[in-house]
This record gives sequence, structure tokens and C-alpha cells, in this order.
Amino acid sequence: MTFSELLEMSRKADQPFHEIVLVAQMLEDGSDPSETRSKIRLLLHTMLDIAESNYAKRQKTLVGLCGENAYLFSKHTPKFIDQFMHVAMTAALSVSEANSAMKRIVACPTAGSCGVMHGVVYALAEVLNVEEERLVEGLIVAGVIGDIVARMASISGAQAGCQAEIGTAAAMASGMMVYVLTQDAEKSSHAAAICLKSLMGLVCDPIGGFVEVPCVKRNATAVAVAVAAAEMALAGIKSVVPFDEVVEAMAKVGKSLPEELRETGLGGIAATKTALKLLERFFSGGGVDENKRGDNAER
Amino acid sequence: MGLLQVLGPVMVGPSSSHTLGAMRIARFARKFSSSLPSEVVFLLHGSFAKTADGHGTKKALLAGILDLDYDDERIVESYELARRLGLKFSFESVDLRDVHPNTVRIRFLSDEWHEIEGCSIGGGSIKITRVDEVECELGWNYDTLIILNKDEPGALMKILSCIEANIANLYLRRINMLQQLAVAILELDESRYDAEKLGKLDVVLKHYFVPKDRLLGVSGA
Repeated sequence: MTFSELLEMSRKADQPFHEIVLVAQMLEDGSDPSETRSKIRLLLHTMLDIAESNYAKRQKTLVGLCGENAYLFSKHTPKFIDQFMHVAMTAALSVSEANSAMKRIVACPTAGSCGVMHGVVYALAEVLNVEEERLVEGLIVAGVIGDIVARMASISGAQAGCQAEIGTAAAMASGMMVYVLTQDAEKSSHAAAICLKSLMGLVCDPIGGFVEVPCVKRNATAVAVAVAAAEMALAGIKSVVPFDEVVEAMAKVGKSLPEELRETGLGGIAATKTALKLLERFFSGGGVDENKRGDNAER
Repeated sequence: MGLLQVLGPVMVGPSSSHTLGAMRIARFARKFSSSLPSEVVFLLHGSFAKTADGHGTKKALLAGILDLDYDDERIVESYELARRLGLKFSFESVDLRDVHPNTVRIRFLSDEWHEIEGCSIGGGSIKITRVDEVECELGWNYDTLIILNKDEPGALMKILSCIEANIANLYLRRINMLQQLAVAILELDESRYDAEKLGKLDVVLKHYFVPKDRLLGVSGA
């Protein structure tokens, strides 16, 4: 079902949008709405715990190309952004780096893009003190935004580039931010559309194909895009092109991306001189921590 | 997909295809084996062979054989855990030719040597493409019953008489005409079957049960 069809159903039935989403899910797979809600509540708690326990920590990542970013950013006194953004970006960096270090994360919507949602959910809870049920409702709306992208386009970097992974994560996050404050799904869809448009065309070009550079920092900058899109939607700014059509456009852009720019580690940042040099060092076993030695120990 | 698939699952990083998917294939092998094998050899193909170190693929594979949960942070220490349990393990890079780039073949010694081949097709989804000599295509979305049986008339009817659950998919393949051996693979909606009766059938030589996989945020454990 498209976002506009769900909006229409919500209006006609005079029921909150998030309830309509749960009913639509039930009609599709027979799942009990209250059970789905409690599983989503469990995912919410898991995300908050993960953001909390990794917050501002240094990590020893598999390839060793990142691991200090969250720590550095947390120590910095921001000059241009407010506390919400600082906390959300710190949490995004923290969870992304934890992911690169083989720590436990919620793959929301994917492992490589999980920092964005962890960051925003954590800041909504910790900085704005949004109550639990509102956060669960917001996650339901984020879930349906991601689900529509997954069905109509893709959430896989290998298929449609980073716009499909971190782009989708940011669209979900901005839609959630607007929904928890307003319960207005139409405004949420404008936030998600503005966000996805802003990240459209983003390529998937990680060094060596590994989830470290530029993935970790992109998770944090995508938080900033999500926040900007949410603020605009709250101000009453509308996306001229509705969300569903933006998703269709994104799918087409994804199809026209060459293979080098779809998680193959062959183009973009992955193909730079510095990237190639770092990879050479990694594969020759130098400059890398004991993870690598451990992996090769049994050869 | 669905809400829970998009919002989850809970897993250990860094990659759903190269970490979670790899671990699920190995965990299928472990569930098939039902107890810890004494020895395991992983044959890595394509992208699995090339990018294993940076994705923790080998640690995840070994963790699957150890039957750790997908979100267990001890996955990163799976080498040490395996050594402590006395499990012999090794990894090899191989060219399996025309298969999916994320393919692994797992040989393990339990009651005897077995071989499971599978590929990780994205987002943590997998396909088991070979169970011992039998080619198949199992998504591990069902309870799976694997039966080594005598290749003779009526064998399948006798096996089916022990199954009470609805059968979603069924594979039957002759593996050795001279020895009169066949393998049946049944994907079931529920685990309702009479294991005792099945084990006593004269046509059934061995049977293995692999329960449906559960991920938080996918099937919702």
C-alpha cells in the first residue's frame, strides 16, 4: 500500500495513522496488531539500550578505519547546532562505530545505516523526553516509511546505492520526529519526502566494500539532513512532489547507478588513492589490530 | 517486507549479508548436526572469500556452528570459544564457479561427515542450496525435515504417513541407484510429525530435523 492510500484510510476511518498501519500489516500477514506493537516496543528498548551503552565510546573496529569519531564528537562543544542535534549525531556515530566493531545493533533499516535511527530515537527520548508510547507510534510510522521504500524501490546499497540505505534511514527518522510531536502523518510524509530528495543519488562507495568509511560519518550527517527536513515540515513547508513519487524516482535513480557505485568497493571514495593505499596495508596485515590476526590464525 | 523486517532484526554488525547471513547458514548446519560437530571446514567463495576479514564473516560462521544467538556479542570471540570447546576448524578460499558471490560450503563431522552449501542473498536472507548431495533451495522460513531413505516403491508414502503438518515444499532425489539411496527434504508449516514412528520405518535410514529460524524483528522471537 502507498503512503497516500494509508493516509486516505486513516482519514476515512477517523483512526490515528499508526493504528491504520498496524491494521494494514494484519490484513497482509495475519499478525495481531497488539503483538506487533509490543514487538516494536521491545525493539525501541533495545535501540535505546544500545545507544546508551555505546554512547561516546571508543571502538576497536574490524578494519580500523574508524572508532574514535563518537568520542571526539562528544567532547566537542558545538558552535552551530543545538543539544538535540549534538546528542543525536553523537549517538549515530557511536552506534555506527559499534556496528563496525561487531557489537550488537538493531539493523533499522540495515546494519550499515543503523546509526541514524538509533541517534534520533535516543535524542527524542533523552533530550526531548518524549514518552514511550509516542516513541512506539513514531517507530511504527518510521517502519511504514521504510517498508514502502523497500517494496517500491530498495533498501539495499548493493541494489540502489547509499540513497537506499542511509537515505531511507534519514527519511524514516525525519518522519518519526514529526509524528511524535504532531501525530500528523501528512506532515511526516513531507519530512520524509524532503529528506529522501536531499539524499537522492547518494552512491554506495565504501573502502574495500567494508562498512566503515564513509558509512559511519554519513550516518551522522544524515541525522542533520533528517533534522533539517523535519524542521521544515513542522514549519508547514510541503514537498511539492509527494513521498510515494519521490520513492519511485529514487528507484529509477538506483537502477541507473553503475555497478561501481553499488557497494562493490570499486568506485567513488573506494577508488581514491588513499583508499587503495589503506586497503593494501590492511590486506598485507600491517596497521591492523588483532582482529585480523585472529581471523587468519587457523590458516 | 513488513514493519518488523524493516525495523529489525537485532544482530551483531557490521553487515546483514556478510555477517548475519553467513552466521545463519552456519547455524543451519549446526541445527542439522543437532550437537556440536567435532570438526568443521568452511569453504568460502567469491565476495565471502575476498572480504571476509573486514566483515567478520569467519567469526560469524564459526559462531553459527557454536549456536550463538545472532545478537550475542561473544561472536567476536568465537575463535577462542571454539578452541575452548575443542572444536577443530579451518577456512579455505575456493572457486565454486557459477554460484552466488556470497556462497559458503560447510563440511562438518557429527555422526558422519556432512556438507551444507548456502548463499547470503541480502538483508540477512539466505538460501541453502545443497544438503549433502542434494541440490535444493531452502529459505529456512519453515521447519525442515531431512530424511535419508531407501529408494524403493512406496517409500515416500510411508514417510508421509508420519507427517501431520501441512507440507510447504518437498524435495525428493535419488542419490545412489546401486545402493538404492534417496534423500527427502520436507519444509513444514509446523513441526507436527511422529518422530518415533518415522525412525522405526524400514525405509528410513536417518532423519534430521532443523527447526525454523527465529530472529527478533523478523519472525519475532
